[in-house]
Amino acid sequence: MADARGVLVVAELVQRRPSRLTRELLGLARRLAREAGGPAAAALLGDAGEETAQELIAYGADAVYVAAHPGLAEYHSEAWTAYVAHISREAAPAAILIGHGAAGGDLAPRLAFRLDTAVATGCVEARVEGGRLLFTRPCYGGNAREVVSFRTPPAVATFRAGACGAASRDGTRRGEVRHVLLDAGAAARRTRVVERKRDDAGGTRLEDARVVVAGGRGLNGPEGFRLLERLAQLLGGAVGASRVPCDLGWCPRSWQIGLTGRTVTPELYIAVGISGAGHHMAGCGGAGAIVAVNTDPEAAIYRDARYGVVGDYQQLLPPLIEEIERFNSRDRQAAS
Amino acid sequence: MRVVVCVKQVPNPEIAASQFRVDEQAKTVVPVPGVALVMSPFDEQAVEAALRLRDRGHDVTITVVSMGTESARAVIKHGLAMGADDGVLLVDPAFEGADSYATALALSRAIGKIGGVDLVLAGRQAADWDAGVVGAGIAEMLGWPLVSFARELRVDGRAARVERMLDEGTEIIAAELPAVVTVSNELGAPRAPTLRETMRAGRKPVAVWSVADLGLETGEVGAQGARCMRERLFIPEKRSRCEFVEGGSPREQAANLARRLREAKLV
Ligand SMILES: Cc1cc2nc3c(=O)[nH]c(=O)nc-3n(C[C@H](O)[C@H](O)[C@H](O)COP(=O)(O)OP(=O)(O)OC[C@H]3O[C@@H](n4cnc5c(N)ncnc54)[C@H](O)[C@@H]3O)c2cc1C
Repeated sequence: MADARGVLVVAELVQRRPSRLTRELLGLARRLAREAGGPAAAALLGDAGEETAQELIAYGADAVYVAAHPGLAEYHSEAWTAYVAHISREAAPAAILIGHGAAGGDLAPRLAFRLDTAVATGCVEARVEGGRLLFTRPCYGGNAREVVSFRTPPAVATFRAGACGAASRDGTRRGEVRHVLLDAGAAARRTRVVERKRDDAGGTRLEDARVVVAGGRGLNGPEGFRLLERLAQLLGGAVGASRVPCDLGWCPRSWQIGLTGRTVTPELYIAVGISGAGHHMAGCGGAGAIVAVNTDPEAAIYRDARYGVVGDYQQLLPPLIEEIERFNSRDRQAAS
Repeated sequence: MRVVVCVKQVPNPEIAASQFRVDEQAKTVVPVPGVALVMSPFDEQAVEAALRLRDRGHDVTITVVSMGTESARAVIKHGLAMGADDGVLLVDPAFEGADSYATALALSRAIGKIGGVDLVLAGRQAADWDAGVVGAGIAEMLGWPLVSFARELRVDGRAARVERMLDEGTEIIAAELPAVVTVSNELGAPRAPTLRETMRAGRKPVAVWSVADLGLETGEVGAQGARCMRERLFIPEKRSRCEFVEGGSPREQAANLARRLREAKLV
């Protein structure tokens, strides 16, 4: 891929629409493509169809490579790697941007090796400097950051949410839709999905929540999460956790935020009984404002927090909930 | 069944941020006196996953492989003390400065040299650079299936049955052997070495292989074989601007916090 040009985004869908992270990556792709030259393209795998391809164009793709196959609707390691590698060879981009999650974390390294190149995972920034693409990623549990460049094209990179503002939607944009056909072949049959278990995703997705209320070991047990749920519900938010309560079975695994959990970028992040380890902050450091509730005034979390309350959450949260309920009912009265 | 577990030696990842130092010129992490070098925790869980296969009655031979400096012998010993059967240490000055690509190349060659391997296990990522690339790279280089982020591993005839983490749940994957599986912390705590196993570990064989032993050229491994280059390494600056919300009682503190958040239009 000597003449690698442009940037390819591997789209991730939530209910057939580009996820917030994909919209951010399209914005990033446009900026990088403008600076380094070439088009911003997207790879769309699954059964989503024309309308979704047009959405990707509206969010910034100049071209969309569509691999329409019901078998690709859910992530499948072998099949997705084969298809995205095929699309990458056709599009010959200088960089491939992928969301940093369970799918992207599996796909990106495989794809890189298949394309005989390298990969930078969990990036938080990308830029063009002197014609070269540079990627910044946290390492050592968030204690350090490294900036890496690639000797071989394309540069494959996964990104955490919040690396770039989401692209704005422009329904008048026009782009090209190309259909890709491929027999993923015998390799795809070496692995088979036997069963999928989804945690019931009742409320707002953590990634899309405006407010996230997260609990840690300091909750001292599963009951504390009921208070957090009440607060989150009141604020129209979602509940998350540090790794400890997930490991201890106090809450679902999928609530884990951090280095190996999910990355959230809410306007408001309320951390309750969380000490603020770099591994945890890797998943929430991009929040607009962090409120820390902790009994220990020396807790590391206060270095990242905008507002700090030192005290026992069991004494602080009930009156906080009451106070916010009071605001809300006052708002409702004012509105009527 | 022959299982290889790839393990890496890292500085204790639970180190306090205040102790952490880098050399920006050399683009390296400065070793802190008193901070132990340990087996990367996810790799320890990969060893645990292999041992659980034995606990379930499978006839497994477990080999721990590590690329590193001579000091990495300690993590191989740790794997042997947990219950693995033998070890391979890849040491050579030419391995130094490897990126994930060069590391996967060396490890996949070592796996080829061991021969007859049915299953390769590795941690989901190493707790130093946090990349999570080498396991997948080994799978690609060997042309084997990959199942990443395992929380449970079973073997059923000629297939691995792996429950892997998704963002919002899990899935069970059946993968034909030989395969590569990367292990996540959800697998659960690794066992601590017993005194008896630790004593036995001293007598278990550890082979030491160089670049030449793997049939590789020095130009293919280490810094020379790397495809990614570190341009900078730095500690991100934190400007603490925390406003502590006070109050005469928890109720008053909570009310003051609510008011501040309302003023900032956050609630
Ligand atoms: C390689 C690696 C990867 C990791 N990945 C992740 C990850 O993805 N996500 C993650 O979260 N962690 C991760 N960790 C773990 C991480 O290092 C920390 O151990 C973890 O985040 C600590 O969780 P915590 O803050 O809940 O618990 P602790 O550090 O034990 O903190 C509990 C806090 O609660 C406070 N507290 C106690 N009682 C109360 C009370 N009544 N009211 C208010 N506050 C109270 C205490 O003062 C303390 O600050 C990882 C670790 C490693 C080594």
